[in-house]
Formats: sequence, C-alpha cells, structure tokens
Amino acid sequence: MKEAIRKLLLPAVAAAGLIAGAFTAQAETVLHRGNGAEPETLDPQKSTGVPEANIQYELFEGLTTYSPDGKVVPGVAEKWEVSDDGLTYTFHLRDSKWSNGDPVTAGDFVYTLRRLVDPATASDYAYIIDDIAGAYDIRNGTQKDLTKLGAEAVDDHTLKITLAHPTPYFLGLLRHASVLPVNEKSIKAHPDDWTKPGNLVSNGAYTLTEWTPQASLTMAKNPNYYGADKVKIDKLIYYPTEDLSEEFKRFRAGELDVTYDTPSDQMKYVEANLKDQFQNSPYLGTYYYVINLTKEPLGKQRDLREALALAIDRETLVDKITQAGELPAYSWVPPGLHGYDQQFVDFKSLDKKARLAKAAALLLKNGYTPLNPLKVDILYNTSENHKKIAVAIQSMWKAIGVQATITNQEWKVYLGTRHDKQYQVARAAWIGDYEDPTTFLTMFLSDAGDQNDAGYNNPDYDKLVKDSAKETDPAKRMKMLEQAEDIFLKDLPIIPIYHYTTKHMISPKLVGWEPNVLDYHLARDMSFKE
Amino acid sequence: MADVTLPPGAAGVVEVKGRSLWADARHRFLKNKAAVVGLVVLVLIAIACFGAPYFGLRSQDDINWDMIQAPPDFAQGYYFGTDSNGRDVFVRTLYGGQVSLTVGIVSTLVSLVIGTLYGATAGFIGGRVDGAMMRFVDMLYSIPFIFFVILLTVYFGREIVYMYVAIGAVNWLDMARIVRGQTLSIKRKEYIEAAHASGVSSWRIITRHIIPNCLGPVVVYMTLTVPVVILTESFISFLGMGVQEPQSSWGTLVAEGSGNLEIAPWQVYGPGSVLAITLLALNFVGDGLRDALDPKDR
Amino acid sequence: MLHYFLKRLGGAIPTLFIIITGSFFMIRLAPGGPFDRERVVPPDIMKNLLKAYHLDEPLWQQFVRYLEGLAHGDLGPSFKYKDFTVAQLIAQGFPTSLTLGTIAMIAALSIGLTLGVWAALRQNSAVDYTAMGTSMLGIAIPNFVIAPMLTLVFGLILGWLPVGGWGHPTNYVLPVVALCLPQIAAISRLTRASMIEVLGSNFVRTARAKGMPERITITRHAIRAALLPVVSYLGPAIAQIITGSVVVEQIFGIPGIGRYFVQSSLNRDYTMVMGVTIFYGALVIFCNLIADLLYGVLDPKVRYD
Repeated sequence: MKEAIRKLLLPAVAAAGLIAGAFTAQAETVLHRGNGAEPETLDPQKSTGVPEANIQYELFEGLTTYSPDGKVVPGVAEKWEVSDDGLTYTFHLRDSKWSNGDPVTAGDFVYTLRRLVDPATASDYAYIIDDIAGAYDIRNGTQKDLTKLGAEAVDDHTLKITLAHPTPYFLGLLRHASVLPVNEKSIKAHPDDWTKPGNLVSNGAYTLTEWTPQASLTMAKNPNYYGADKVKIDKLIYYPTEDLSEEFKRFRAGELDVTYDTPSDQMKYVEANLKDQFQNSPYLGTYYYVINLTKEPLGKQRDLREALALAIDRETLVDKITQAGELPAYSWVPPGLHGYDQQFVDFKSLDKKARLAKAAALLLKNGYTPLNPLKVDILYNTSENHKKIAVAIQSMWKAIGVQATITNQEWKVYLGTRHDKQYQVARAAWIGDYEDPTTFLTMFLSDAGDQNDAGYNNPDYDKLVKDSAKETDPAKRMKMLEQAEDIFLKDLPIIPIYHYTTKHMISPKLVGWEPNVLDYHLARDMSFKE
Repeated sequence: MADVTLPPGAAGVVEVKGRSLWADARHRFLKNKAAVVGLVVLVLIAIACFGAPYFGLRSQDDINWDMIQAPPDFAQGYYFGTDSNGRDVFVRTLYGGQVSLTVGIVSTLVSLVIGTLYGATAGFIGGRVDGAMMRFVDMLYSIPFIFFVILLTVYFGREIVYMYVAIGAVNWLDMARIVRGQTLSIKRKEYIEAAHASGVSSWRIITRHIIPNCLGPVVVYMTLTVPVVILTESFISFLGMGVQEPQSSWGTLVAEGSGNLEIAPWQVYGPGSVLAITLLALNFVGDGLRDALDPKDR
Repeated sequence: MLHYFLKRLGGAIPTLFIIITGSFFMIRLAPGGPFDRERVVPPDIMKNLLKAYHLDEPLWQQFVRYLEGLAHGDLGPSFKYKDFTVAQLIAQGFPTSLTLGTIAMIAALSIGLTLGVWAALRQNSAVDYTAMGTSMLGIAIPNFVIAPMLTLVFGLILGWLPVGGWGHPTNYVLPVVALCLPQIAAISRLTRASMIEVLGSNFVRTARAKGMPERITITRHAIRAALLPVVSYLGPAIAQIITGSVVVEQIFGIPGIGRYFVQSSLNRDYTMVMGVTIFYGALVIFCNLIADLLYGVLDPKVRYD
C-alpha cells in the first residue's frame, strides 16, 4: 500500500521539482516599490507630483537623465554643444527606439516641448521651460503659433534649442518629468487613453504592462531600450502606499523592497532594529513657517519676526519631534547645491540661552510684556507631523511669553487661506524642482503672485534675482543669488525650520540605490544581490 | 384616549398611576445589576473627565521634552504614558472625555429627538406624506457630508455648537427609518385603531402610543449611535472643523495613536480602553433601560 | 406590490434629480478648487486648466453641460486622476468593494443574528452579557485601530496573512473582519432588543400556550417579527458597506471605491464627487425600497399605500 502511494506520488513530485527548478533557473527579478500615492496621471506633460515622476522616469527618458548619485548625464542626447552666449544648445541624439519600434527623433522632442506649452494641453508645469525662447508667450496665449517656440529639429538626430536668456541649470532642467518625451503617433491614435497599458508607447527602460488604479502598477523591461542589455531587473511593481505605517509593515513583512517614506514615529524602532536597511539623506527641500507681511503687527515689525525665529529650538525639534535626521534650518535655500555658498540668518552663531535672551529683549523693546503678550495664530493643514511641530513651536513661543494659538484647516481650505493672505503665521514647505537656488528664490519675487504668500516685497531682492538671469558668468551669478538670499534672511519674511531628508527603507538585497538630493532613483541602475 | 373618557375628578388617579409606571420602571432598572454597574461606571468617568481641572493634574498641553513617547510611568504620574509631543496621555484622555461625552450626549439626543418624531410622523400619517418624507431622508443620506461640514465651518465659523449640529444632523436618519418601520407595524394594532376611532388627535397618538411602543429599538439604536457620533467628531476634527489643539477628544487621541500601535501602544490603549469601557457601560445601561421601559415585559 | 415597486422606482428619478442639483451647487460653494496646490499655478496656466475642464463657464452652463453628459451616461473626466473618467474609476473599483462588502455583510448577518437571538433567549444571563459585551467591542474599537492591529498581529507577528495588497484570496480575510465587526454589533443588538419584545408579545404567548414547539415558535414566528428594525437598519447599511470604506481601503491597500467618497471631496474633484454621490444615492434609494418591501413580507399588517 505504502509502496503504491509512493509510486503514484513520485512522478508528480519529480514533475513539481522540475517545474520549480525551471522557474528558479530563469526566475524573473521583480522590484516591489512603495510609491506613496496613486499617480494622478502618467502623462508627463500633465502631472505634477513625485509618485507620478517616479513612474515616468522608468517609462520615459529625456535628453539628459540621472546618474544613480543624481548627476546630469547624457540620456537620449549623446552629446551637446552650447553657444558662447549661452543661448543656443545643440543636442546630438543617439540611435534609440520607442517601445513600438519607431526611432526616437529630434522631432519627438520638438513635439513634446510644444505640447508642454500649448494652452490646449493645460499643463500645470508649462512654466518650467519659460527659459526657452517664445515659451512664455505661447503658454499665456499671446503667441498662438506653436512653431515660434525655440526648439527646432535640424534633422532626425539634431535638436536645436534657443533660450530667452542664459540658463546655467538648463541641462538639469531638461531632466524634469514634465519634459520627458512622448510619442505623437500613440497620442493621436488614442487621445484619451494613450497612457493605458497596451496603448502607452515609451522610450525608457520599461514599458507599462498592467495598471489597477489604487492597487498596483506593473512595468516590464523594454527590449527596445538602447541600454536594455544593462537593465537587470525584469519587472517593477509600484504600489500606492498612502498609509505610511502600513507601508512600513509591508516592508518588514517582505512585501516591499523599497518604501516611499518612513513614519517619523517609528524612528526609534528603526534605529534599534533596522538601522542597516534605513537610508536617510539630504533632500532639496525646506520646511518653514511663512509670515503674512500684510498683517500687523508681524508685518511691519521685523523685531517680532526675529523674536519668533529666535525662540524656535530647531535642534530639539528635529531631535525629539521629527526624529528623522532632518537638518535644523537657518537658511532658505537648502544645502547641497553645487557652486552656491549657503547663507544663514544672523543669529545662527548664538547659543540657545543668548537666543532666548535676545528674543525676550526684542519683545520687551516693542512693548510686549507678560501682561500685554504678543498674540500669534499658527495655521497648518491636517497632518500628524504638522500638528506635532505646531504644538512644539507653540510651547517654545510660550517660553518667551508669546501667546500662540493653533488652527488646523482641511488642505484646500488651508491653501485658500494662505493664498488669500488671511493667516498670520502658516506652516509651509518647498521642494526644489531642479538643482539651482532660483527654484527657491524666484517664488518670493514681488511679482510672483499668489506663490509669494508672505507678501514679501523688497526691490533690492527683486533686482538681484532678476539681474542674475542675465549674468553669463556662473560664479558671478551665484554671488548675486547669495546676496539676494542674504537680504531675504535679514528681512525674515519666513522662519526656516528644517531642511528635509529622504527616509527610505531599502531591502539589503537591492543594489544600486544611491542617495541624491532630488531623490530620484531609476530601476534601470539597480539590481538584486543573490 | 384618556381625555375623552375621563370622569370628572379622576385626574389624580391617572397621575398616581403614571408615577407608579415610572417608579415601576426605575425599580426594574435598579434590579438589573449589569445596568446599575454600567450607570455607576458612566457617572465615575464623567466626574473624572469634567472634574479633571480640579484634581491638581498636569495641564493638557504641558510638554515634557525628556519624556517624548514614553511608556506609562507611575512614579512620575504618567499613568497612560506620553504622546509624541511629550504630553500626558492620561490628562489628555480626561480632558478629551469632556468633548467626547458632550458630543455623545448632545448629538445623540439631537438625533434621537429629530429621528423619533420624524420617523413616527412619517410612518403614522403614511401615504404621500410618508413617501415625500422618506425620499427626503434618502436625499440627506446621499449629500456629500464633507462638503456639508466644510460649508458649515466656512460660513458659520469654527463653533463647537455647529459640530454638534452637523453630527446630529447626519445621524438621525437611521433612527428615523427604524422608528418609521416600527410605526408602520404598530399603527395597525388594535389599540391604535381604537384610539383613532375615539377621536384622539394624531399628535397624541404619536407621542403617547407610537413612540413609547418603539422605545425598545430606539434605546438600543441610541446606544449604537453614541460610538458613531464620538468617532464622527474625530473625523470632523480631522477636517479642521472640530476641536483644535491643545484640546482633543477620545476619537482623535485613539486615531493619533493608531499609527504607533507597535512602538507606543499606550497611546491607543489608554484612551481606547476608556472609550471602550464607557461604551460597554452604556450598552448595559441601554439594555437595562430597554427592559425597564418595555410595556409588555411585566 | 408590483405597482408599489414601480411607483417607487419612478419616484426615484425626481429624488435623484434633487440630489444632483443640490450637490452640484453645494460643492461649488466650498473654498478651494481642483487645481489649487501648495505650488501655485500661475494665473495664465490656471486659465488654461479651467478652460480645459469647462470650469471657466458660468455655473448654470456647466450644470446644463453636466446634465447633458449624464443623459448620455457620461459622468465626465476625473479632475484628479486625469487618465480616467469617473465612470471608469467607479466601474473598476466597485466590483472589489461589492465583493468585500457582500462577504462582510453575510458574515455580519449570520453572526449578528445568531448572537442577538441567543442573547434574547437568555436575557440577563452570563451568556447575554458576554455576547452583547463582545459584540459591542466591535463598535467601541474604531476600525482605524482594529485594522492596524489585525495587520500587526496576523500579518507581521504571526505572518499568516499578507499585510496589504490585492489579488490573492488571502487578501480578503483581514479587511472582511475589519468591515464586519461594527455591523455585527449593530445587528446583534437590534436583534436582541426586538426579539425580547416579540417574545413577550401576545402572539408568541398564544403560540406557546397552544403548545407549539419552542423551536418552531422562535424560527417561524418570533424571528420574523423581530427582524423589522434590523431590516430598517440594513437598507442604508448595505448601501454603505458595498461602497467600501476609506479607512479599510487605505490601510490594506484595496482598490475599492470607498476612498473616492472622502478623497474626491478633499481634492475638490467635482466630477468624482458628483459621480459617487449619484451612485450612492441610487443605491440608497434602491436598498431602502427593498427594505420597505420586506416590511410587508415580515409583517403582513404593514400595507403599502
């Protein structure tokens, strides 16, 4: 009887073993990545967020692209020349193909750039290439002729871009997700559905194979990619992970190889147990409190703004509240920008005691006493993190005798309150779009509209920032921008709190994920250890 | 019925009889041990929460920078540990209870009164009126609640009273449906038809006969409404309309802690158990009340 | 009954129309728009965006445009998820929510009714207190605590089930538990209360007096009459559970439509808000109609008029 069963089972067992063996021999390597949120769109010209960009960089490749450590490296453009006046860029394109087999041509890039500024596309990011000649007039509708854009296909392999003014960071800008090339033929064939699996034609290392909104998005290696033989990971599955603590659990359960973020409340646990799998590195962003300069008394009295700035103990805040290795911020432009000397607020050199003493003295000087305290309201939008910080700052301000209240608003209401300048002090954050100080400094120009929600207006500052755009000498230009930030920090329309860091959990098996300030990591440069 | 057939001078008799009915109910309620224990627990929790400012405890916004996310420490008087800002979770639970208990009582009463009267009226009158009234309920079920809340804040300002209104205004719908369902069945009973025939006014029939006979499911559904309104409050606070820091509530405390279940479970266990104990106590009080008020259960 | 059913179905159209009109104008009163971001869009670009979605037209014109689309079954594009139309997103997510909700409701009904009847038959005994106390915990502990507890214990510590994700049958277990616990509490408590009342009523006393077997008295007569308040509760409850839950979906990573109810409002994704409102409104009307029809089945005294 036993024997019979064994005979019966044996072939089955052997077959199962064979199948298993076959699978391990050519096992697909799959990267499971937590991607924060469901992408709003895969259309590069219509998207705005980081989760979208993370996917788009896998699918599409621009003229220039990222090295693993974040440097600008040749992408579809193999090499380029820049004219002496810095206004004309000539790109020479390598032989490469779209996933449908068509060649990638200079015309594709012209199409893409025109599509970005075309008012009919209604791209949020149309202004990102305002530096290109004609772009501004086209996107605001004064120039209806798209061909007036300074982008021209000399031949299939040569693309000439003319700028309105010298733009030293232009090559970096060309990596922005909104200028990733799209395939005209596929867009014409499926105007509303070209981003769906089966329709989407891409030129990057991966192609879109499956997409279940709110569950997962799957990409497979693109055999037509020019560097396909160097791409090691066969399949990418990106998951929207809105709940950070659940994402963290999924990582620990082995369901994810990389997380989008790590909850700051879990830092103690991470430090104790998963230190080797945690990657914490500077990010091009600043968390700050913006002050409404159109409201009294803070608007007119710089002393009061300084007192508030002095009283915030950034080191304690970062150490005890945010806990993720953020850098205490004493400047507006974050560190890590090549060629730019960081500027700091004057009181950075004072120790904690001296700062508090100075803050108290400033308040007293302006007539604020315990009987007549300065009253401040802090506005923030719903989020655990913002709340914790506001509560901590409220108590730090209380220590110098400032009576602070905290107001929480739902996201869109909060945005409205901020942009209508109905607040007194509001939490805010800014992440740079490209590696240049202007991505921070231009938003506080007096004519920057609602973006300048402090209502900051200093002609000296405006002049320096605007003149820097015309300066062709990169070193001189940086000097001008440094001077501008120095003026800005002396005026204190904002209180810098900390510079962001990225907080990823990364599987020890994953190789090739290197930290960089823009925090883009392309799977084509990664692999798995055995 | 009574005002038609009552002989002169019998008013006192009716009154005595009415009192003995309530006394009877009270007697039966007090005999139910679980209900009595529940009531005592509820009262104790209410005293603790509303008396918190007089017990010489820490203030709810005192930050202890050396005890961020610290586990319960009896020596230092942190019975429930501290939160991510180094604040005393026990104290915050007591203060939070003021909001949650008030919301629980006020909003539930609002929904009880509106729901019961509305449902009984619709069910009793029936026909087109019932149809129209219940379609109105269907409409209210469907309107986007978040916008309702946002509009209330935007146009009426941040007043805690509006929060109770908002919560009560969305939670009477179930109650109305349940009462109406009961009414449809009750109104065909002989005693109602008899009252009708003897010319008792509709309002009197609804308040004297229909509603008392619906009380069983109503009391029970009321106990189910309390946790719903307490949690709705935390959602509204999340939308920025409810309570503002440093004030909190049981719902917001538990929600805050729910992300830290593994590393700082006390942030949930403290306020969470107080919430759960309150609701359990309420549940037994509710059942006791139901049994005590049941006109047939004698 | 058929006449009543058809009359009510006909009545649903004006009801829905009022829901649509009310919601359409109400959501536009709220501050903020779909394209407001922390990174402010320059005014000329905002103009392009508003134009692309016809938001620059007068509101009444937009309303007419919306109704025209609706008449053709077009719910419009989502302002947030720009690659999909509202109809596509609902069509993709609803089967998931429906399946999960149905399983959870069946579980909740079987457990809740059993507990409720059992507790009623042993009123004020230890059994009663235990059953009601436990079921009450399901509603006393909110699902945003239950769900992370479940993933922590069963996903991470024991490792029996996946923490999150979708597609495998094992992905259903924890969400169903999280969804059905509060329903069990409500159903069992309502059942217990009305069951006790029915058991004390004349017709059950009569049946017992006539010597009808207890089991038959209870299953044939008592439960039937006791179900009335449960049915009243179930109408809207079913509409709610089959349209998903934002908390459960976000925690377990489930592609249902529950999140759209909350997110679309927060995002001011106007077309999506309208889409889910109409969808939910239609479901509520339908479920309440079925509940009203069931009254007549459960209690012959209830008449339709």
